Amino acid sequence: MSIYVLEEQLNEFKIEVINKYRDTKSPLMQILQESQKRYGCVPVEVQEFISKEMNITTAKINGVVSFYSMFSLIPSGRHILGVCTGTACYVKGASRLVERVEALLDTEYGSTTEDGCFTLAHTRCVGDCAQAPVIMVNDEFNGKVTSDDIPKIIARHRGKNCKK
Amino acid sequence: MNKNILEKIKVETLKANPELNEPHKNLHEKEVRVVLKNCDIINPEDINHYIAKDGYFAINQILTEMSQEDVIKVISDSGLRGRGGGGFPTGRKWDFAYKNENDTKYIICNADEGDPGAFMDRSVLEKDPHSILEGMMIAGYAIGAETGFIYVRAEYPLAAERLQKAIDDALELNILGENIFGTKFNFNIEIRLGAGAFVCGEETALIASIEGNRGMSKNKPPYPAIEGLYGKPTIINNVETLANISQIILKGSKWFRSFGTEKSPGTKVFALAGKIKNTGLIEVPMGITLGEIIHDIGRGVGNKRKFKAVLTGGPSGGCLTEKHLDQEVDFDTLVALGSMMGSGGMIVLDDHDCMVDIAKFYLDFSVDESCGKCTPCREGTIQLYKLLEKITNGEGTLAHLDKLKKLSKAVKKTSLCGLGMTAPNPILSTLEHFYDEYLAHVTHKVCPASSCRGLIEKYIIQDNCVGCTICAKRCPVQCITGERKGLHVIDQDACIQCGECFASCNFDAIITK
Repeated sequence: MSIYVLEEQLNEFKIEVINKYRDTKSPLMQILQESQKRYGCVPVEVQEFISKEMNITTAKINGVVSFYSMFSLIPSGRHILGVCTGTACYVKGASRLVERVEALLDTEYGSTTEDGCFTLAHTRCVGDCAQAPVIMVNDEFNGKVTSDDIPKIIARHRGKNCKK
Repeated sequence: MNKNILEKIKVETLKANPELNEPHKNLHEKEVRVVLKNCDIINPEDINHYIAKDGYFAINQILTEMSQEDVIKVISDSGLRGRGGGGFPTGRKWDFAYKNENDTKYIICNADEGDPGAFMDRSVLEKDPHSILEGMMIAGYAIGAETGFIYVRAEYPLAAERLQKAIDDALELNILGENIFGTKFNFNIEIRLGAGAFVCGEETALIASIEGNRGMSKNKPPYPAIEGLYGKPTIINNVETLANISQIILKGSKWFRSFGTEKSPGTKVFALAGKIKNTGLIEVPMGITLGEIIHDIGRGVGNKRKFKAVLTGGPSGGCLTEKHLDQEVDFDTLVALGSMMGSGGMIVLDDHDCMVDIAKFYLDFSVDESCGKCTPCREGTIQLYKLLEKITNGEGTLAHLDKLKKLSKAVKKTSLCGLGMTAPNPILSTLEHFYDEYLAHVTHKVCPASSCRGLIEKYIIQDNCVGCTICAKRCPVQCITGERKGLHVIDQDACIQCGECFASCNFDAIITK
C-alpha cells in the first residue's frame, strides 16, 4: 500500500488542524476537508491518525470519506480538469466534450493520466449555466467551450508544472 | 451600534457612492427586483454598501419594536413560501419551532444548491451576502435561536469566502455577536462546507452532514422544527427565502403581496439556461406565464430551432411543453402540471433534444446521488436507468414502457426522502407529454430528435450544405472534406458517429439515418 502523507506531515497536521478543531462541535468534516485541501486526498494513514487523535472509529471516518465525492483516497493529478455535466451543459453537448477529452488525454473519466498531469474529475454543475458548456481546470473557468477549444485548453495546462 | 449610527453610515456611504442609488441596467419591463435588488449594485465585500441600501434596519426594527409573535405574524401574513422547491409556508415553519420550547434552537441556511442547472442562490450568496445574514438573524430572533449555520456547497468557494468576510465585518460592528443593538439578543453564524453530495440539500441529510456524518436522510416526522440539529428545534431555510425576509419586515406583508398570486405571493428568481437566446438570472413576479418567460424575457430558442420543452425542478421536476406556455408559473400550477418549481432552474430544449435521453440524464444523476439508505431509491433508480438505456439503444419494447411507468410509481411511493420520491418525475412527465417519442424509440427504433446515438447508423450531408466548413473543423477524426462554399462529404468508413458535425451545423444540412 502506498503512503501519501508522511509522519512529519501528520505531526504538522496535528498542530495546525486537529488542535484547532479539538473543542469544536462535530469537527470531522472540517478536518477531512483540510486534509483534502493540503494533500489532495484523505488516505488511510490520515484517517487512522485522525481516529487516534479524535477518538472517532476508523469505520466512521472511512464511512464519511467514502460518502462524499469531494474526498479521495489517492492524490489527484497536478491539474484537475472537469467537464461540467450539469443539465444545461449536457443539453449543450457536454457528453461530446467528455469523449473528446477522454480521447485526447487517453484516460477515463474519474481517473488520472499516466504522467500524473491531469485528473478528469466528475463535475456536476459549477453554477455557471448561462455560459454552458463549461470546462473547469483547477479554478480556471472556460465558458461556451466548443470541441476545438479542448486541445488548446489541454496544451495550455500541460506546460504548467508537467514534465511531459 | 444603534439606529442613529446605521443612519449615519447610510447617509455618508450614499454621499460618497451616489451610484448605489442608480436603478438596475438592462432590466426587462416584466422583471422586478426584490431578492436581487442589491446584486450588481453594491460591493458585496463592503458592509457599508449594504447598510446604505437599508441593510440591517430590519433587524434593528424588530429588536427594538417587535415581539417574536409580531415577526412570525408579519412573515405568515406575507404568505412567503419556501423558495427551495417545496413551497412550505415560511411563517408556519417558524411558528412550529417558536412554539416548541427549548433552551437551544438553530437556524440553518440551506445554500447547498445542488440542482444541476440552477444558479440563483450562488448569485445572492456572492453578490449580497449580508442579506442572508440579516434574514437568518431575524429568523433566529423569531424562533429564539442564538446560533446559525450556513451550509454552502463546496463548489462555491467564492460564496463561502464572501460570507465569511460578511460575518467578520458584521461582528466587528457588533451587528452579530452579543447584545446586538444594545438588546439582550445574541446571534452567531458559522459556515459549514459541503463535500459534494446532492442529497445534502434534503433537510435531514443536511443536518447529518453538519453533525459530521454521512449525509443520509432520516424518516420524517419528527420534522427538524421539532427535533433537528443535535436533537434541537431547527429551522432550515433556503437562501432565496432568507433574502426576502428583511424587506418583508421593512415594507410590510401587504407590499410583498402586491407581487405574485394569492397563493404564491412575491417574486421568484429563475435561472434561464439551455437552448435560449438570453441566458442568465431573471426575477419575475409569481404568476407570470411560461410564454412570457421563454419568449419575451428569454427571446426564444434562436438558431432557427423550434422550442420543444422547458425543464423545471431539475432532477425532481419534469417538463413543460408548448401547450403550457399560457400557464401561470407558481408553486401549485407547476405541481398540477406534473412538474415542480424546484429551486428555479429552467432549462430550455429545442427539437434536437431527445426527451428519453433527458430523462436518462436525470436518472443517471439520481443513481449517482442516491445516498443508498433505502432500497426503492438505491435499486429502483438503477433499474429505471437501465430501462431507459435499453430504450435509447434501440433494445426497448412496448412492455418496457409499462414497466417504466409501474416502477416509477413504486419508487415514488416507497422512497424514504424527497430525492427518491421525486427521482422518477422526469420519466413520468416525459412519458405523459412525449409518449410518441418513447413509442418511436421502441417500435420504429428511431430517435425523432436525432440525438440517441444507439439508434443512428450514419450522418449524411445534404445538398443544402453551404460549405461553411464548421463541421470539418469540429470533426475529431477529420473525416469530412470539401471546399469552402462547396458541398462537404463525410467519409463513412472513417466516421465514428460522434454527432459533433450534426450538432455544429447551423443550416440543417446534416441528417441521420
